[in-house]
Amino acid sequence: MEFFHQPKIDWMGKKWYLIGLSLILLVAGLVSIAVRRGLVYGIDFRGGTLVYVKFSKQPDLDAIRGELKRVNLGGATIQRYGAALDNEVIIGLDVGTTASTDALDAGKRAIVGALAGQYGVGPAGKVDFNNASPQTVAEHLVVADPLRLAYKGSDEVLSGYRQLAEALVNFRNSPPHSGLIADFQELRGVAGVTPAVLDTLGKDFYLSQYAVRNTEIVGPKVGTDLRRQAIYVTLAGLAAMLVYIWFRFELIYGVAAVIATFHDVLITLGIFSLLNKEISLTVIAALLSLVGYSMNDTIVVFDRIRENVRLTKRENFLDLVNRSVNQTLSRTILTSGLTFLAVLSLYLFGGEVINGFALTLVIGVIIGTYSSIAVASPILVFFYQRAGQNRVGMKPGVIERGAAGARG
Amino acid sequence: MGIKIRNRVIIIAALIVLCLLGIICYPASEQETVGFPKTFQRLKENVRNRIRLGLDLKGGTHLVLQVQVEDAINVTVDLAQERLRDELRAKAIPANVEKKTEDHKTYLVITGIPQDKTNELQTLVTEQFPDWDLTRRAGDPSARELSLKASAAAAIRTQALEQSKSTIRNRIDQLGVTEPTIAEYGGQTDYEVVVQLPGVDDPSRVKDIIQSTAMLTLKIVQDGPYTSREAALAAHGGILPPDSELLPGRRETGGEGQGAEAWYLVNRIAAVTGRDLRDAQPRPDENGRPSVSFNLTRDGAVRFGRVTGQNVGKQLAIILDNRVVSAPVIQSQITDSGRITGSFTAQQAADLALVLRSGALPASIKYLEERTVGPSLGADSIRHGVVASIVGLLAVMGFMLVYYRGAGVNANLALVLNLIMLVAALAYFGAVLTLPGIAGVILTVGMGVDSNVLIFERIREELRMGKTVGAAVAGGFEHAFVTIIDTHVTTIVSALILFTFGTGPIRGFAVTLTIGLLANLFTSVFVSRVIFDYMLTKREKGEAISI
Repeated sequence: MEFFHQPKIDWMGKKWYLIGLSLILLVAGLVSIAVRRGLVYGIDFRGGTLVYVKFSKQPDLDAIRGELKRVNLGGATIQRYGAALDNEVIIGLDVGTTASTDALDAGKRAIVGALAGQYGVGPAGKVDFNNASPQTVAEHLVVADPLRLAYKGSDEVLSGYRQLAEALVNFRNSPPHSGLIADFQELRGVAGVTPAVLDTLGKDFYLSQYAVRNTEIVGPKVGTDLRRQAIYVTLAGLAAMLVYIWFRFELIYGVAAVIATFHDVLITLGIFSLLNKEISLTVIAALLSLVGYSMNDTIVVFDRIRENVRLTKRENFLDLVNRSVNQTLSRTILTSGLTFLAVLSLYLFGGEVINGFALTLVIGVIIGTYSSIAVASPILVFFYQRAGQNRVGMKPGVIERGAAGARG
Repeated sequence: MGIKIRNRVIIIAALIVLCLLGIICYPASEQETVGFPKTFQRLKENVRNRIRLGLDLKGGTHLVLQVQVEDAINVTVDLAQERLRDELRAKAIPANVEKKTEDHKTYLVITGIPQDKTNELQTLVTEQFPDWDLTRRAGDPSARELSLKASAAAAIRTQALEQSKSTIRNRIDQLGVTEPTIAEYGGQTDYEVVVQLPGVDDPSRVKDIIQSTAMLTLKIVQDGPYTSREAALAAHGGILPPDSELLPGRRETGGEGQGAEAWYLVNRIAAVTGRDLRDAQPRPDENGRPSVSFNLTRDGAVRFGRVTGQNVGKQLAIILDNRVVSAPVIQSQITDSGRITGSFTAQQAADLALVLRSGALPASIKYLEERTVGPSLGADSIRHGVVASIVGLLAVMGFMLVYYRGAGVNANLALVLNLIMLVAALAYFGAVLTLPGIAGVILTVGMGVDSNVLIFERIREELRMGKTVGAAVAGGFEHAFVTIIDTHVTTIVSALILFTFGTGPIRGFAVTLTIGLLANLFTSVFVSRVIFDYMLTKREKGEAISI
């Protein structure tokens, strides 16, 4: 089976269409960024507090907002998170909400306190099972001894109930419960659980309706530090690539590749802005991988161009580039397609946490392939066409650095 | 098959066995040296133990804190101020010494130096204060500034950071957190420390323990308790007696006013400090209430015995972080042990004992970043990651079979071996697997098969040009090799940059991607070639290969 049977498309002839498409994407992205006054920064770069909470039933956002207002957190943002079935909510505070002299986690404590007040209240004397640690559960089990292990000696009792407590907590934490049990009967399936154990749990514990899944608190200093670092790292990545390609090929090849990759990064950031998606640290990591990947693709085409330059004696550089692109087309589309399949799977099935990262790669794979043909190659052609006109009798694209120089 | 191929197949088979053993064997206890699993349940457990999970998959807390090293500088300047005053008095130089802080710099200002004593002052400083510089003060000819030399100040700051790190490590160890990470973070002048605590999903207790300065001092009470600072001052005519200080505390004896603020006038010089502690343990006191019992070192015991012997009947203030915790009356000479009582819960007593055992922090701690991943989120992330990996893998493998037929099987075998090597490397090196790390595995699948595509496309091209099958295969591998190296190097370079600048989860991604691509170099070039060579020997001369 073969997709592209010896294609003969005039890529460079159509380069103005391709450049036009690039410009449209670039401008759309830049306009979006301008309209939103900058990129949509995630908490890593903005600073602030985020508390991810899961509820056992659909939460009433207004009720939560009211509760938070009562503890002076009226400025908090509340939004739904993930699939509707999961009943998850993110409560966020700006970095400026807590005074700089307050403890870093003052906001988080206030939020958790407000939630406990409304959703976590249980009968006096009972402990919340949904937010209890294995030690707490084990302690209560040891005291009540529902499995009648006392005759085995205190060490056996302790370790036996510790294991049981860990099994119970692991069960609670695993999907599909993911931290929240609505009814003690759900624990029936855990190994080692008897009705007596469930009785003890029912007596000593109650089940609150919320569980805190994740918290992130980033102070203002860290936020600015990371922002600065992210820019340096991206520039460092581009510079390293430039040096490497300069070393393997020629300076102009390096410049063309870097411009193409920079174009990819800008378009990706633009699309993020258009879709109103946050830029987090993992997104920056994905951008750097994108840089590496886009280079990959560009190198494959450049490799073929270099090989053809070495082999052919008489050919217009533009035609040569066209031929090189056509020769590598099958391979380029295939590998991009395969990588795309892999990262698409990550985007669709990888969950919310890694979603930004996956989206960056999905966009990056497509744009990276496109830019090798539509940006990097035309730049080479432009350069050599202009240079060629200035060299009498010189074939454009020849790497002129002594006899051995042709190897690049 | 030929000798060369057979040897290569043996090498590959040995490698597979080595990798698999690395993943599934884990000793159950100290006695077992090789824990080969005998049941499926045990197999799952072993794999779970072998692969170290990052915080985002296991659940835990990630803290970034900053050591306020200027505190240590402050203490040094304070001590220097004391010493200088003593020296000036000894040499009969009637000058005044004040501490000043300006622009993040703390230094001493000496005013009122008589003309004829300036040289003596200079000699005094050069001899007794070698780490300090004496400079003129603008606008005041009879004044001088004494400030720490830059190198001395830097040394103090670094030492404060190091000591803080080891004290924090000590405290976390005593809390029994498994496999914590305590490392320096950020730039040279940031003095930041990153602390990772796997399995700790409520960090408030740990944060308090880490942050507690825990400076313990025992001082003789001269007078008190007073109801307020003003009352204490008033009782002494507005001026404190020499070598004494006022410290706040709580009235703890029963009856009226219990729990209210109480101020004590104590000796400034401590009888015993935290440095003299040998051990501290939580023990119930005579009334069965939680308290902390401590033992002193030999030197400490000698000094303590002297002070208590001389002050029987007086109160001894037990001071923690400049607050009086309790002030019991000295009944008789005490030498080597004591007890701190107060309204502690059992947990508070245990935590205080822990913190005293680990030693005082030389500088205060400020938290800059805190991330807590609950274990339920970690389990969800693992599930999502595994599902995405399997779907991606199946999609890619399916495509390769359809598009390249027989050669597709070749590529898929190489891909599976690639993944086995990747996971085995993670297990052997103890590298941490994070959620972006799983994404790195998925990316390895997508990019790894790229190498095979390169080779196969080249082989197809060579076949199209009319070469024989054997020559086409050889030509394909040869021509594609350079490009494979190029593409792997660029991706690995960007992964290395990520590793250098990234933290936890991102480093996990860089690690899995790098290992995956390095393994891919081996599987796509060596292993694929061996499989091709083997298939070539099996077919008839002139028969086409399935590609």
